[in-house]
Amino acid sequence: MNQIPVVHKEIPPQLPFNSCAIIRTLTLIAAISGLLVVLVVEWTRPQIAANQRQAVEAAIFAVIPGAVQWRPFTLNAEGEVRQNASAGGTHIYTGYDEHGAIVGFAAEAASQGYADIIRLLYGYRPDCHCISGIKILKSAETPGLGDKIFTDSDFIANFTALDTRLDAGGQALLHPIVTVRHGKKENPWEIDAISGATISSRAIGRALDESASALLPQLMRQLPQFTLPEETTP
Amino acid sequence: MAADSLTFIFLNALVINNFVLALFLGICPFLGVSAKLTTAFSMGLATTLVMIISSLCAWFINQVLVMFDLEFLRLIAYIAVIASAVQLVEMSMKKFSPALFRALGIFLPLITTNCAILGLALFQTFRDYNLAQSLVFSLGAGGGFILAIVLMAGLREKLELAEVPSIAEGAAMTLMLGGILSLIFMGFAGMGGGG
Amino acid sequence: MTSPTPPQEMTMDIFLKGIWEENPVFVMLLGMCPVLAVTNTTINALAMGLATTFVLLCSSILVSLLRHAIPKQVRIATYIIIIATFVTMVDYLIQAISLELYNALGAFIQLIVVNCMILGRAESYASRNGLYRSVISACGVGAGFTLALLCLGTVREVLGAGTLLGYPLFGPSFEPWVVMVLPPGGFFVLGCWLLLFAWLRQRKDRTTEALRHGR
Repeated sequence: MNQIPVVHKEIPPQLPFNSCAIIRTLTLIAAISGLLVVLVVEWTRPQIAANQRQAVEAAIFAVIPGAVQWRPFTLNAEGEVRQNASAGGTHIYTGYDEHGAIVGFAAEAASQGYADIIRLLYGYRPDCHCISGIKILKSAETPGLGDKIFTDSDFIANFTALDTRLDAGGQALLHPIVTVRHGKKENPWEIDAISGATISSRAIGRALDESASALLPQLMRQLPQFTLPEETTP
Repeated sequence: MAADSLTFIFLNALVINNFVLALFLGICPFLGVSAKLTTAFSMGLATTLVMIISSLCAWFINQVLVMFDLEFLRLIAYIAVIASAVQLVEMSMKKFSPALFRALGIFLPLITTNCAILGLALFQTFRDYNLAQSLVFSLGAGGGFILAIVLMAGLREKLELAEVPSIAEGAAMTLMLGGILSLIFMGFAGMGGGG
Repeated sequence: MTSPTPPQEMTMDIFLKGIWEENPVFVMLLGMCPVLAVTNTTINALAMGLATTFVLLCSSILVSLLRHAIPKQVRIATYIIIIATFVTMVDYLIQAISLELYNALGAFIQLIVVNCMILGRAESYASRNGLYRSVISACGVGAGFTLALLCLGTVREVLGAGTLLGYPLFGPSFEPWVVMVLPPGGFFVLGCWLLLFAWLRQRKDRTTEALRHGR
């Protein structure tokens, strides 16, 4: 975009009229379009950021019941915790109560569903060593069948306290999260599938299992790193 | 199958989320250029070629745009790249295969306004594909487009001499056929999540 | 302004032409991708229609104003850039208005750029007519497009989900016709609308024929 005016200046005036006209028009159009785009982008930027923040906040508070404030963290490839949401790595959102004590964590998980990848946010509470809620962020599951993962209250009830205790060494989940046939749930680490939406239910179980078994051991090891920084406590 | 493995990306673009029949990208040529099998196949090939070129260019452009924090120019940059890629294909085809060039005629420049191509460039950006993944994605999407348009052309050639009610001739029947094809392709949907 | 030869059409005629006689979807079959893809609910259809109309209107204004300054060789490139500019604007505006709507429409907002209808109108109407007529025509075509999207969106939402604008219509005993909100439903519903219009046209032709014979 920015190069076109430069080209314009370099064109000597004795060129045939036609290419002059072309360059002049393209410069004009480029200038108009650049101006308009930048104006709108600058004008809408704060509103868009606010909307996104609001959406993230609503999702976090939905999966960590009891949280009233949150901070973003990242866990990079070496397993170090950063208090910077824009750094590379896994994003972890920490939820705190009104006194600034940690209530729980929220992280994203994803797995291939029936139609496309299902992305979800899940909450983890260290006090009960359990998953405290999930929220589907993106899915293209079949309406009427697979999209019951949004609406089926029995299915959602699986995730109010899904057992994710770690084993004695703190390296892996004591019991891997598994999806079982509808009505066959016996243990707190099992997910009762929706009948008619087996693949979607399994996808969620798989997403949670993969993400939790990778993330939770690291999370529990570095729990103090996530305490609310003093200077930002309101 | 991992969601970002190359095989899966290819299969996903080819049949599971077929660009034409599941995502509704590239409907215009799908309805417009599917009357004859041979033209449909050449159209599919040309589109695939443009897809591959513009997918590669779009990937590099996106790296530059992200580097300079200029994401809001993405759309304008992509469409400019696609228009140039189409021009490039058109010129080289004119030189190396004049017969094919004449056969495709007006439809060549129209590839620019084929949503499948811009859609491909945008999807690979949204999904953060790397270069190899983008390439495989464009191959799958192109293959899927050829598959859909050739199937459609085959059906329409078969139906050319069939007697249909006069109100159903033309676009309405083509759309119904598209619906049936799309219904068939829905059967592929569970493929990726079999686990 | 500078085209005195054809008799000036009535303003209303230009507007109505876009809605009925030259309806971009049902008659011209232009811009089919968004027509089929985002019409699974009424609200998506309405948002898409309005966004497209906005782009169409703005690009028509600009093209019409600049029509004497744009050299023939680069006109398509110029139109595309103008359209892409307004689409980028719409893209950011919708994100600012509602993130939920933005996610529902997905990439199809950005794909307005390659809607052949807009480029077609720029090339065939706005570049040859004055500002006033271009604006009226763009409004008409935009309204026709929005109307067509609404026709599809309403039918698909009512049949496929049993709701209208999110409110349930038939009560809990209604078993939704799920295929309607899925991709095949888009093809089928549009096909049925086309059948309906073809039937209406044929009946009208027959009536005029009968009238002529009767006289």
